[in-house]
Amino acid sequence: MIRLQPRAMPSKLMGYLAPVIALCLTLLSGLILFALLGVPIGEAFHAFFIEPVSTLYGLSELGVKAAPLILIGVGLSIGFRAQVWNIGAEGQLILGGICGGAVALYFYEVEAWYVLPLMMLAGVIGGMLWAAIPALLKTRFNANEILTSLMLTYVAGLLLSFLVHGALRDPDGYNFPESRLFHDAALLPVIMEGTRLHIGAIVAVFVVVAGWVLLSRTMLGFALKVNGAAPRAGAYAGFGQKRLIWFSLLFTGGLAGLAGLFEVAGPIGQLLPTISPGYGFTAIIVAFLGRLHPVGVLFAGLVMALSYLGGESAQITLNLPVAVTGVFQGLLLFFLLATDVLINFKIVRNVRRQL
Amino acid sequence: MYRKTVLAKKLLAAATGLLLTTFSGILSADDPFKIGFVYVGPVGDHGWTYRHDIGRQAIEAEFGDKVETTFVESVPEGADAERVIRKLASSGHGLIFTTSFGYMNPTVKVAKAFPKVKFEHATGYKRADNVSTYSARFYEGRAVLGTIAGMMTKTNTVGYIASFPIPEVVRGINAFTIAMRKVNPDATVKVVWVNTWYDPGKEADAAKALIDQGVDIVTQHTDSPAPLQVAQERGVMGFGQASDMSAFAPDAQLTSIIDNWDNYYVERARAAMDGSWASEDVWAGIDSGMVDFPEYGAMVPDDVKAAADVIKESIVDGSLHPFQGPIKDQSGKVIAEEGATIDDGTLLGMDFYVEGVQGTLPK
Repeated sequence: MIRLQPRAMPSKLMGYLAPVIALCLTLLSGLILFALLGVPIGEAFHAFFIEPVSTLYGLSELGVKAAPLILIGVGLSIGFRAQVWNIGAEGQLILGGICGGAVALYFYEVEAWYVLPLMMLAGVIGGMLWAAIPALLKTRFNANEILTSLMLTYVAGLLLSFLVHGALRDPDGYNFPESRLFHDAALLPVIMEGTRLHIGAIVAVFVVVAGWVLLSRTMLGFALKVNGAAPRAGAYAGFGQKRLIWFSLLFTGGLAGLAGLFEVAGPIGQLLPTISPGYGFTAIIVAFLGRLHPVGVLFAGLVMALSYLGGESAQITLNLPVAVTGVFQGLLLFFLLATDVLINFKIVRNVRRQL
Repeated sequence: MYRKTVLAKKLLAAATGLLLTTFSGILSADDPFKIGFVYVGPVGDHGWTYRHDIGRQAIEAEFGDKVETTFVESVPEGADAERVIRKLASSGHGLIFTTSFGYMNPTVKVAKAFPKVKFEHATGYKRADNVSTYSARFYEGRAVLGTIAGMMTKTNTVGYIASFPIPEVVRGINAFTIAMRKVNPDATVKVVWVNTWYDPGKEADAAKALIDQGVDIVTQHTDSPAPLQVAQERGVMGFGQASDMSAFAPDAQLTSIIDNWDNYYVERARAAMDGSWASEDVWAGIDSGMVDFPEYGAMVPDDVKAAADVIKESIVDGSLHPFQGPIKDQSGKVIAEEGATIDDGTLLGMDFYVEGVQGTLPK
């Protein structure tokens, strides 16, 4: 019989290496998969990982796709450190889009510098308010934040749908559920001419640094970590648990709201019935892939974004089905969890005891 | 060690192959004309996207080696669409079909950056010199379905599974209801909105709920065969959507509306290749073949078949318009007088229910 036995001292080094190992194993098994499908592995590798980022435009799109994942991922990783399981970042993102977008539509055709900052503020507040509900329910009634935050995601999606079918609908749009296209003053400035790379990418990098400083250099970061690792020790040290729950949720909610605003004011440019292809959920994978470390999240966000772009490019150049993207992401998560298990446990063979 | 060399050799071979294909691509003078498709669902949805993909295959069958087609499936309507469309445009595709309403603004945006590439956007209303729009007058098909439903319902209530309250869907509900009540003034329609185009689970739940409320015919404006399968299980009848779904529910499918893009796609591809392509706004109906029907189900009696055929024929010869007055809305207000017909502009923005539809239209 084989069984798992916890290791007394899991290797710290291996903890950091695990995502890299998982990535290599994913690549390897992906290539084997391609070989079995009869796709030349060289071409497959090229289509998936090189072609999407072989042009400046491709690189800029990587930034466009990764920015929301990183923004939310940093927030989640800090919350997860404190054992606050906010699964509803998607809903907070949507609320950010709604609030920021509503400001844009309110100031339609107002050519003023303050429109965009107001939108960002509204986006952050929208996300925070949506995250405040699970925070309140958790601290007041001890309701599980996994359930409340997740369920609020669906409420947020329906709220958005309700608004673009009604109050925020384009009056000249033949009743199709879309808002007007935002006016120029309500659109994010683009960093590189001819691309869609917007200032959200810069903000994401800034948030990575800020998140890292928060976690490693501040008392609050220390409290979050202690509270996550040993809640009773945290309580004994006088770190207010409720305060930490509030902080974790509002922090992530604000970042998710900002990410949502960046989506509608950036690449989309209007409110649609769906504004996110599940960034809030994918960011959960990103947070874990990045070892709940802001810098790790940066790389994990880029890897995850690349897997989407690679999936599109593989469809175009190799006629591979879209399912390949899902398979790759699944493999990555599987290998990450598997390596994690092997870091924390060792495999031992049970020797039958002689009586 | 051995394994490593084998892998290295394979990689080398693959790399050489890659180089060769690149060069041959440059060398051959007679490159195939590349046509791209952007799909909102999976090609296996057996509904909307499936039928667009059949259209793509019709192009391949017609032109063989002279064309090369590419598709990208399950592209979300949002920030991703623009990148996918742009990618197709920048990778040598001369004609690109974007097959969902939500791709309208991204299509127009990319078209501006690629003036030489021709774009075909389904179901939208924004055009440009290199952007055409096309759609089918599916409401004509709904009138045929409504006639059959009106003659065959015994409970006088028919269930309608609807996706999103956009004019296209509302128009279908109204055309269906008007035709149904012409042959059966007592019949009414119950609508369930599922807020999705494709979600077999939700669609099936909606069908079950409707059947529990006493409807004996289920029709749908969502893309999966799930509602029909439920109808089959529960012993009631229904209509297929977008394609012939009788294989999924042989005892339940009365008939279906088939989206037939084949001819349109082949002709547009031909026009793009011979240089005669021009931006157009096409809204075609039964007469063009774009709105098509399979064989009637075995349970449809001859008199019903005959009545349905009359509707089809009179729509084709112009003697009947599905939105011909008298038409009243739910409150009883007259929308079109006897002899008058609702014009295309009103149809395109339709946002009210006609008399005979239960419930209120979500706004």
